[in-house]
Amino acid sequence: MTQRARNWLLLTPATAWFLVMLVLPVSVVLIFSFGERGDGGGYVPAFTLEQYANLPARWAAFKNTMVLAPLGTVAAMLIAYPLAYFLAVRTSQKWKTMLLVLVIVPFWTSILIRSYAWIFILGGRGIPALLEMIGIEGVRLIYTPFAVTIGIIYGYLPLMVFPIFVSLDRLDKRLLEASSDLGARPWATFLQVTLPLSIPGVATGCLLVFILLMGEFLIPALLGGGKVFFVGNALVDLFLQSRNWAYGSAVAVTLIVVMLVSVTIYMRLIARLNTQREDVSLM
Amino acid sequence: MRLYAIFVYLFLYTPIAIIALFSFNAGRHASQLQGFSLKWYGTALSNPFVMDALETSIVVGLIAATLASLFGTMAAVALQGVRGPVRALFDMMIYVAVMIPGIVIGIATLIALVTAFDHLNPWLAAIWPTQSAPQLSMGKLSLIGAHTMFTMALVIIIVRARLSGMDRALTEASADLYATPMTTFLRVTLPLIAPAILAGFLLSFTFSFDDFIIAFFVAGSETTLPIYVFSSIRRGVTPEINAIGTMVLAVSLVLLIIAQLILRRSDNR
Repeated sequence: MTQRARNWLLLTPATAWFLVMLVLPVSVVLIFSFGERGDGGGYVPAFTLEQYANLPARWAAFKNTMVLAPLGTVAAMLIAYPLAYFLAVRTSQKWKTMLLVLVIVPFWTSILIRSYAWIFILGGRGIPALLEMIGIEGVRLIYTPFAVTIGIIYGYLPLMVFPIFVSLDRLDKRLLEASSDLGARPWATFLQVTLPLSIPGVATGCLLVFILLMGEFLIPALLGGGKVFFVGNALVDLFLQSRNWAYGSAVAVTLIVVMLVSVTIYMRLIARLNTQREDVSLM
Repeated sequence: MRLYAIFVYLFLYTPIAIIALFSFNAGRHASQLQGFSLKWYGTALSNPFVMDALETSIVVGLIAATLASLFGTMAAVALQGVRGPVRALFDMMIYVAVMIPGIVIGIATLIALVTAFDHLNPWLAAIWPTQSAPQLSMGKLSLIGAHTMFTMALVIIIVRARLSGMDRALTEASADLYATPMTTFLRVTLPLIAPAILAGFLLSFTFSFDDFIIAFFVAGSETTLPIYVFSSIRRGVTPEINAIGTMVLAVSLVLLIIAQLILRRSDNR
């Protein structure tokens, strides 16, 4: 058997699987988004833009997603950066791996259980009850945008720390020494050497978290209590409650398009930021 | 700086610790500590719905992780020798599989398979020799299919990273010494990528075991453990959920730490 034939054979199961479970389903969503709703739900073949024309009916879900996803991403980044810096620059080699594993591991455990923990903490008998004991009454935390943001930060912090850590860890520590030898204060070194060199890590972390947040369902469902809902919650409602497949498909396609457009704009901005930095260093 | 790090670790682990603490609570009410007890673990483990859901989760997770590791490794090995449009197309599929939100994978699989089954079932009934033709429907198989698709992409990424870090000279030396490609693969490549495959298997199982959103759409009438927990939370916070949650977290924590250790140890070698 030639090597070529062998490679084809080895690729066959994976290719077949991707075709049936990824390419076909995604194409079906695209096709259904131009169709019509059946009488008892489901889908009737058609070619109409009616579903897309109806998108404003779900404007609130898109608005919440487009406000809270970037907000949560930035908040997670601000909290993650100092920790990543501490792990990469200030931690001895011996502890580094273990401390890093401790940050990453929660990300791979059930987000359902971890969000549930916050229902407990933010709910009536959690923090509000503690605040009442010291005389602050009537604080309501659960089912607010605040609760959803906390849940987002909690859920996605590990994913943010990791790429920032990697970029800071790879950074040549001699650059920092050179900077301080040349008389730069620690803050100046940080702002002019460390921070610019860690931008790729920050950019990757923000991108990963933002993409996952765009499709979030559980955190708003559990901590937003139906008041703070994302596009994901609208999709669950459309497919599992009202069984409006055509309209739901249009919402899903729009979500992907919004995601692709934001990611493209974001990549352009990052690329511009990087070239500007090179210009500066050339002078 | 160190204080800040301690604070972040507390933020990451306190909620988990609280769940674990309250799962040992003797009291009936979920939010008042009244002494130590294991009774909620007993309640959870003797609840037939919980055990059914647990069984489904484990069966689906094991099958999906096995298929994903096998097909993913095969693809990763083959992709090493593939260039051009096939490679680009494959890279794109992996990229799409990982980037597309889980919820979209869930709804897409749901409507595609339900529609396909609607067309296939009458046809199957027509060609089936006996009266009682099997009905295709959403359930364990569709769940395994969707989980395998996503986790296979993960395995390909992990194994490929390991393969690209491998010294080419080793396989070339093996070939120069007249080993057949199969022998080279079994005696040189496979031992080197085994840690990555094992880590990929563990990550795949953990993903499948913890996944809620894809299963929510694709599982049909089956209930996985996360689906059970989700529907219970909607009915209110109970100590039983705390016990199940603690067990779920413990299982994934152990598997993950093993996966991390395997990957890191093999990196350092």
